[in-house]
Amino acid sequence: MSMAPQAEPAALAPPAPGPQETDGRTRERPVALRLLARPEVGVFLGAVAVFVFFLIAAPTLRDGGSMATVLYQSSTIGIMALPVALLMIGGEFDLSAGVAVITSALTAGMLSYQLTMNVWMGVVVALVASLAVGAFNGWVLVKTGLPSFLVTLATFLVLQGVNLAVTKLVTGNVATDDISDMDGFDQAKALFASSFDVGGIEVKITVVWWLVFAALATWVLLRTKYGNWIFAVGGSQESARAVGVPVTFTKITLFMLVGFGAWFVGMHQLFSFNTVQSGEGVGQELIYIAAAVIGGCLLTGGYGSAIGPVFGAFMFGMVNQGIVFAGWNPDWFKAFLGVMLLGAVLINLYVRRAATRR
Amino acid sequence: MATKTPSSTGAPGTHGAVLADPAPERDRPLVELRGAGKSYGNVRALHGVDLAVHPGRVTCVLGDNGAGKSTLIKIISGLHQHTEGEFLVDGEPVRFSSPRDALDRGIATVYQDLATVPLMPVWRNFFLGSEMTKGPWPVRRLDIARMKRTADEELRNMGIVLDDLEQPIGTLSGGQRQSVAIARAVYFGARVLILDEPTAALGVKQSGVVLKYIAAARERGLGVVFITHNPHHAYMVGDHFSVLRLGTLELSSARADITLEELTNHMAGGAELAALKHELAQVGGVDVDALPDDVPDAAGGPAPDSADKSDSTASDSTASDSTASDSTVSGTAEGKA
Repeated sequence: MSMAPQAEPAALAPPAPGPQETDGRTRERPVALRLLARPEVGVFLGAVAVFVFFLIAAPTLRDGGSMATVLYQSSTIGIMALPVALLMIGGEFDLSAGVAVITSALTAGMLSYQLTMNVWMGVVVALVASLAVGAFNGWVLVKTGLPSFLVTLATFLVLQGVNLAVTKLVTGNVATDDISDMDGFDQAKALFASSFDVGGIEVKITVVWWLVFAALATWVLLRTKYGNWIFAVGGSQESARAVGVPVTFTKITLFMLVGFGAWFVGMHQLFSFNTVQSGEGVGQELIYIAAAVIGGCLLTGGYGSAIGPVFGAFMFGMVNQGIVFAGWNPDWFKAFLGVMLLGAVLINLYVRRAATRR
Repeated sequence: MATKTPSSTGAPGTHGAVLADPAPERDRPLVELRGAGKSYGNVRALHGVDLAVHPGRVTCVLGDNGAGKSTLIKIISGLHQHTEGEFLVDGEPVRFSSPRDALDRGIATVYQDLATVPLMPVWRNFFLGSEMTKGPWPVRRLDIARMKRTADEELRNMGIVLDDLEQPIGTLSGGQRQSVAIARAVYFGARVLILDEPTAALGVKQSGVVLKYIAAARERGLGVVFITHNPHHAYMVGDHFSVLRLGTLELSSARADITLEELTNHMAGGAELAALKHELAQVGGVDVDALPDDVPDAAGGPAPDSADKSDSTASDSTASDSTASDSTVSGTAEGKA
């Protein structure tokens, strides 16, 4: 009370209400603050920092070919990080995303080879299977109300076991048979795993898909009803339901979107290596989640962007390749990532607090 | 059904029909309960409640915790069904199976916490679940400019001025958030607005903000059901007061027939208050003589300004009612103001 008269003349006093009618507490925030409040700004600065750092530390990285490799590496993480990020904004996450990629690739590979079908049949069946896994995750989650950690952990374990067991059962081996001489392989490879030439530099097509999907995801998230619903179910599920947002539909389709991503990356792996190792994919789910979190998505949902994870995935690719090109021991990669993750989360937290403070 | 209530479709913009309603309609209650009750198994939560909601009137439902207020609004808002008596909307008996049914008849409920998504911008919150779109399907997109403009207009109509509709609604004060929820319900064609303790978690000033918007909603011709356990808030805006106690209607009175003291007394429970006063006297430290008498002051007129005159004394009596926690806080603060 007694402090009030002293505080009044201080520079911090709120500005006098202008001629326009205002309520005095919702004055427009400065442009810089509003810009900082965007979820992808923190990660953008981080990506630039990592980029500059490795350009200095690893001169060979300045070469166009090396850059293409970095982008390729980023794209395989980035394509998956997008649906994982949307799901995270929707308030859930999917631990089965990593092995689901392999499940999809195994399904397509084995089905085509064993039944000697056109590979496109395998591709389509794999898509259906991936969407079904996603729908199952979402359906169990919505019906039981269990946390997504438990539901998808169960799916993760089931898929991991099924991948190994079924592959051994069918092929008698830990990997699928080579499908490179089968019908339709070249077409499918052109779609999922080809590369093209840009000024003498070979660029993988996944880079293009990555950016196309990112643009699409951004548009959906910010410019459509469905995007609105994603933010709403992640931000406050009960409020969303109370105002008529179809929460069940939104959650299940988000999980199916992750299934779609897993299918796409799975197809890429199948058609670039012709064969799939059944034990792979474990641990990738955490990389996707990390890329989304580094990209400014709130782990608890309701906040984030689709562009942020693009930079998040780029940081991964950059660090991964940068360490190699800098001639360091690649074992440092994970340690570097951990530091990056923590740093990104702290920066995001700080930026968001500063920018949304009233 | 739908033909009889053209303004109950819940579509944007239909609220205009409310104002256009001919005058004779004003006498018929929009929502009426006749001897309504609700039992959960063998627990009778509500019994024999009569309540009428008229357009352009504020019906206050008061009661202590556990008095049956929540059950009552759950029946009207379609979350629960009544098990006895009648529930009429526009004179027809109805039985809602979901909140959507209630919304379709123009009955909107603004819950204390279930109103908004904190991290989403104000305008997105305003239109959440009923977004405006443009363009054909594959490229159908949000009509952001129109939504922002409409949200701003509607908020201004309710007297809420925000400079930046892009700010997350979580950065608004509790009263402003509640007000946005009210404005939203009004815009989306509500004819009856049920407010579930909108002032319970709010401070004095913010409660004032919400009360202002309740008055604004009434001016726009809506029937308002205002649930509260603060008699002072109720008395400031109410046209009719119903006090619930242990699941039954203890008092049902028009504004003209009751004073704030009587209302407070009913709300606090006269006999219980006397006992409490006696206990407090024994504990010591409380100046019992300064508290008002338990017998309602017959001299207090029904005029609205009597609320202000008697405010300080009456709110002290609320302050001593430790069971109504929220009204304790705001009541005391108001007494000092």
